[in-house]
Amino acid sequence: MGFVSRGFVGRPEAREGTGLLPPGQYDIGDGFPVLSAGPTPRTALADWDFTISGEVDEPERLTWQEFQDLPHEDVTVDIHCVTKWSKFGTTWSGVSLDTLLDRVETSADYLSAFCDGGYTTNLPLEDVTGGSAWIVDRYDGEQLEAQHGGPARLLVPHLYFWKSAKWVRGVALSGVEEPGFWETLGYHIYGDPWREQRYAGD
Amino acid sequence: MTPESRRLDGNAAAGRLSDVFVFDATAARTRCGGCGMTAPLGVYHVYADAPGMVVRCPTCEAMVMRIAQTPGHTWLDMSGVAALDIST
Ligand SMILES: [Zn+2]
Repeated sequence: MGFVSRGFVGRPEAREGTGLLPPGQYDIGDGFPVLSAGPTPRTALADWDFTISGEVDEPERLTWQEFQDLPHEDVTVDIHCVTKWSKFGTTWSGVSLDTLLDRVETSADYLSAFCDGGYTTNLPLEDVTGGSAWIVDRYDGEQLEAQHGGPARLLVPHLYFWKSAKWVRGVALSGVEEPGFWETLGYHIYGDPWREQRYAGD
Repeated sequence: MTPESRRLDGNAAAGRLSDVFVFDATAARTRCGGCGMTAPLGVYHVYADAPGMVVRCPTCEAMVMRIAQTPGHTWLDMSGVAALDIST
């Protein structure tokens, strides 16, 4: 796996005290911990699809090839895990949620991302549009590894990283917010790292 | 390391479960709500590196329990357990 080079990231403590680190977080430097709630799903690309369902005029389904043919964007962002590590300058490539959601008509305000392995997470629609979220299939110039969510994961860098669901297979749009896997077990419904919204009630 | 190689056994959940149960939960014969197999909770699979702890059936990998500790709270979801048989 190719990590961002040490020269680019700098010393792990370099970002502390710069205002780039949300409250209660530390800079993990080159590390990229893998947090899993189960075995790593391994879906063949021939079987992979991405669906947009729920409150839409017509559900949308994309095969892996159709997804590949959509315009990809390169994204460099900082990510913040609720277990308190942050990682700066991560580089990804993927399809903007704007591009994907443009393919359906909806009046929904929320979505649930669903994934191989059964994981779900909930997000307001306005947090994944306007250039703020992507379905990424490349990390650091390489195909996204299965342990980091490949073949494709959600990337919503402005919220805690549990919202950036690994092994994502689609989104279901809804008029009501349906709390997801961690959101139903004591974690915050929204998860803004800058307001330190780790737990329900924060 | 792969997630599989970091997987623990059910005894890893003993400390968290002792916050909730007065008996030793790892010895409780636990019936999986997914496939129906029964085994002591101690032989179930535990994924402990996520924000919370996830307990899965060693036969079918169905999630049987989730445990999270947040400040002042212990959260326990046992919706995947069909039954616990506790020797008294
Ligand atoms: Zn089972």
